[in-house]
Amino acid sequence: MLAKRIIPCLDVKDGTTVKGVQFINFRDAGDPVELGKQYSQMGADELVYLDITASHEGRRTFTDLVRRIAAEVSIPFTVGGGIHELSDVERLLAAGADKVSVNSSALRRPELITEIAERFGRQECVCAIDARLEDDGQWRCYLNGGRIPTDRYLFEWAHEAQERGAGEILFTSMNHDGSKQGFANEALARLSDELTIPIIASGGAGCKEHFLDVFKVGHADAALAASVFHFGEIPMRELKLYLAENGINVRL
Amino acid sequence: MKVAIIKYNAGNIYSVYCACKRLGCEAEITDDPKTIREADRVIFPGVGEARAAMQYLNQTGLSDVIRNLRQPVLGICIGMQLLCRHSEEGDVDCLGIFDVPVVRFRPSSPEFKVPQMGWNTIEKFENPLFMNLHEGDYVYYVHSYYIPLCPYTIAQTDYDGYYSAALHKDNFWATQFHPEKSGSVGEQILRNFLS
Repeated sequence: MLAKRIIPCLDVKDGTTVKGVQFINFRDAGDPVELGKQYSQMGADELVYLDITASHEGRRTFTDLVRRIAAEVSIPFTVGGGIHELSDVERLLAAGADKVSVNSSALRRPELITEIAERFGRQECVCAIDARLEDDGQWRCYLNGGRIPTDRYLFEWAHEAQERGAGEILFTSMNHDGSKQGFANEALARLSDELTIPIIASGGAGCKEHFLDVFKVGHADAALAASVFHFGEIPMRELKLYLAENGINVRL
Repeated sequence: MKVAIIKYNAGNIYSVYCACKRLGCEAEITDDPKTIREADRVIFPGVGEARAAMQYLNQTGLSDVIRNLRQPVLGICIGMQLLCRHSEEGDVDCLGIFDVPVVRFRPSSPEFKVPQMGWNTIEKFENPLFMNLHEGDYVYYVHSYYIPLCPYTIAQTDYDGYYSAALHKDNFWATQFHPEKSGSVGEQILRNFLS
């Protein structure tokens, strides 16, 4: 049976991990490669590396980093951030990334998803969506890490992304992100039930129970989180044992 | 030992190179027929689309090179599918080593997403390729098309029914999953193939 996936997400700037990562007995918390190896050994199913560098020079550093991750980490990893055109995708996949994640650039130019799917196959393209539940009850999509509102809405955009060839949807609820109050299970369940491609849930993880809920109630195929893993608040192994005890199929 | 990784218009080839290197084996990524023929082991990896891949292999003559290999060959993911008779993806004739078709997942229930993406278990394996592995070990899959159970099946996986996780015939082995991305389980499979 296919296992539900647990995915730590690492923000990277100029080749180093941005948010402090506090593992016990961990010497270089800033090295994304070492971190990836640690997470892999702890039982993470996949990794996401987000490049939040703005400069051109930084992009090259990130590509070199991707090559190092590919060399040393033996589980799949997705890279995102700063992917605007097909040549960016080609560069990152050639460096050894398994999947690329597109967000703002796809909202601005949806054809990008089609191009990636046709050139590299739909499994290579993750469509990341940042959306906020507005006062009118609609989930509005946002650009640039949640800074700029758009006139697109979560469900219709997710459907379009799927039709254009996205292989997965990574949905971050801006209302839940950082709250540690649990995932946006209602919206997630609707996404998961309406779409035929896998859904990765993001935003809101605070305790083990939230992961159980996101799979049971939110029908997610995978759950992504950052700080609860980086700060050791939820040890990976403990989380997986807890999920298994509660009837979720995970890889132990 | 000389290991050749066949270079063609598919992705994920560098990952296979890296996995070999982690096992202490310096493989060569190549499309040179002579280098491929003279290698002790050949890996035919990839992530891509069947029709585009077959077109490329036929145009470059790599099709015949692969068909005529006599040393152990390992096809991975799309590499496995291209070793079969025909693929529903792009309705294209493939290399025909394994006389079986490649068909698309048609889920009986919405809970089965396509592509199948993630870790699933391998079962009922009986082949040196799986030496030192355990029933129910997890491997990593990313695919929308699959090969039904057939006489060449040497391992199976359940995703809305059982299908071929791996095939074997003569000097050809193939896995639908990605050993190069399957952590320590995948490393053991590659080690078995390379030993």
